[in-house]
Amino acid sequence: MELLFTIRVALRAIMRNKLRSLLTVLGVVIGVCAVITMVNIGSGAQISIEKAISGLGTNMLIVIPGSMTKGGMRTGFGTVTTLIDEDAQAIRDECPTVQLVSPVVSTAAQVVFQNQNWGTSIMGTDPEFQRIKNWSLARGEFFTMQDVKAATKVCVLGKSVAEKLFGTQNPVGQIVRVKRIPFRVIGLLTEKGQTTFGQDQDDTVVIPYTTAQKRLMGITYLSMIMASAVSNERIPDAQDQITTLLRQRHHIPKGEDDDFTVRNLADLTATFTIITGILTLLLGSIASISLVVGGIGIMNIMLVSVTERTREIGIRMSVGAKPGDILLQFLLEAVLLSLIGGGVGIVLGIGLTSIIAYFADWPTPISFVAILVSSLFAAVVGIFFGLYPARKASRMNPIEALRYE
Amino acid sequence: MNSFIRADELHKIYSLDGHAEVYALRGVSLTVSQGEFVAIMGPSGSGKSTFMNLIGCLDTPTRGTLSIEGTEVSSLSPNQLAEIRNKKIGFVFQNFNLLPRTSALENVELPLIYNRVPAAQRRQRSAQALERVGLKERMNNLSNQLSGGEQQRVAIARAMVNNPALILADEPTGNLDTTTSIEIMNIVKELNEASGITIILVTHEQDIAKYAKRQVHFRDGNIIRDE
Repeated sequence: MELLFTIRVALRAIMRNKLRSLLTVLGVVIGVCAVITMVNIGSGAQISIEKAISGLGTNMLIVIPGSMTKGGMRTGFGTVTTLIDEDAQAIRDECPTVQLVSPVVSTAAQVVFQNQNWGTSIMGTDPEFQRIKNWSLARGEFFTMQDVKAATKVCVLGKSVAEKLFGTQNPVGQIVRVKRIPFRVIGLLTEKGQTTFGQDQDDTVVIPYTTAQKRLMGITYLSMIMASAVSNERIPDAQDQITTLLRQRHHIPKGEDDDFTVRNLADLTATFTIITGILTLLLGSIASISLVVGGIGIMNIMLVSVTERTREIGIRMSVGAKPGDILLQFLLEAVLLSLIGGGVGIVLGIGLTSIIAYFADWPTPISFVAILVSSLFAAVVGIFFGLYPARKASRMNPIEALRYE
Repeated sequence: MNSFIRADELHKIYSLDGHAEVYALRGVSLTVSQGEFVAIMGPSGSGKSTFMNLIGCLDTPTRGTLSIEGTEVSSLSPNQLAEIRNKKIGFVFQNFNLLPRTSALENVELPLIYNRVPAAQRRQRSAQALERVGLKERMNNLSNQLSGGEQQRVAIARAMVNNPALILADEPTGNLDTTTSIEIMNIVKELNEASGITIILVTHEQDIAKYAKRQVHFRDGNIIRDE
């Protein structure tokens, strides 16, 4: 029997019992819809986490002075003063996989404007900081290399600080005092929000690092060096190059611990990617169970249908239908049912994803893999659960089938 | 003699629940020539229906041999039996056995579908067959919208559409009134005489059996009279 004709016959059989077919298909509809929605929500979550992490900086590496071993005693991180400006310059000049470098000194201080004051973190750095952190300005401008060289007393305010000191007033051009030293506000950073860990990134004042070293803190070392790799893939290379260079510069003999640590955010991203991947898989598998349940529903109805149509099977056999013809007819009916269910489920799943994404304000990548896999799965469910009833139909004895009332 | 059907010592034993055995046929031998019109008669339980099922290739004998048009059918596979049913045999049943909620035309097309006849040809041949039984105008009616006589005529059209060598009619008039029965039997007779199709008719009505040229009587799984 031609396949197209058989499909038509199967479709007619499905349409003959519209309500029953609808209810039968519902299981698969819900199953496929759930799989697609879960997978899409999972990947939406993954993307929004990745975005949050990349908001911390692009391909960022952080070099912090580490512990130092002296006579068997090992001091904690950040307690040593070995990381200096020249290290930052060397990384910039000698590490080809490093794109941007910016030295950072940080301290905490009280910032005063007229009768307002606010305790915040003071970050001394250079203009590349802005590019590493992907941080644009809402007003004014960032300080320049000249400011760094001359250690000028200028500052750029984070949004939270500006709100505490100035309210809605424009801070650019005003003078604030840090440790009784007047700083001219030349820029206002855009809002960056909290980090994934709840730290307010906008609660900061950014000044040239030279100014911070000489005028505020009276030191010559750095708190850390921020750097960015040329690409995401080159982060490990950049990490290695920095490590090799700094060991050399700090004259650390082979076998001794580093007196610094190079950290990267890629590890963090990778961890989160694994976690969300596991979650997606988990949700997807739970949703798949409903697809299997839907398949059982199809099997159930196909068994009823085979019994109901025993007479029809007998008639078909008496005019020369081979067991294979009968098998194909009922199998195709089951597969069509589950494919129709799959199709409706895909449409519903995409719709549901879009609605959830709209309200959760998430990116909504429609996963074509999920669509492909779930339609394939729907077809497999149809074949698997349709095979038994179809086999039952094809193995009927024609005489008994014809006599069936 | 050109033996179209040759049954030799056919036995059919049904086992019920694996214990009791029912001997439906106890060694039936019969030859039918091409173009014959045979009535098979006998009370219920005489084995005539079992014999029909065997000749109709719906079942295989427990013992004995049966050949139709020279093909030995007693040991064929279900697929091979289906092919013989499709190409050589047409069935007419007491209860018509049409597909419900399906048009007369599509019912007639059914054997052609399983014979893989292309759609256009299928349609044309089915319409011709329906015209021959006088149902041309009603070919698009659904089978359950037709009267009993009309339904049986559709069944006859279906039985002959594939140009079979043999038509098996199992109590074809059992559910019809006398006038309609005569109409149906005339069509059957015409098929036998004009197209030379061999007809085997099962009935217990003497009036209907009279249409046949030969009557075979069954009792208790044996042929008791052949005239």
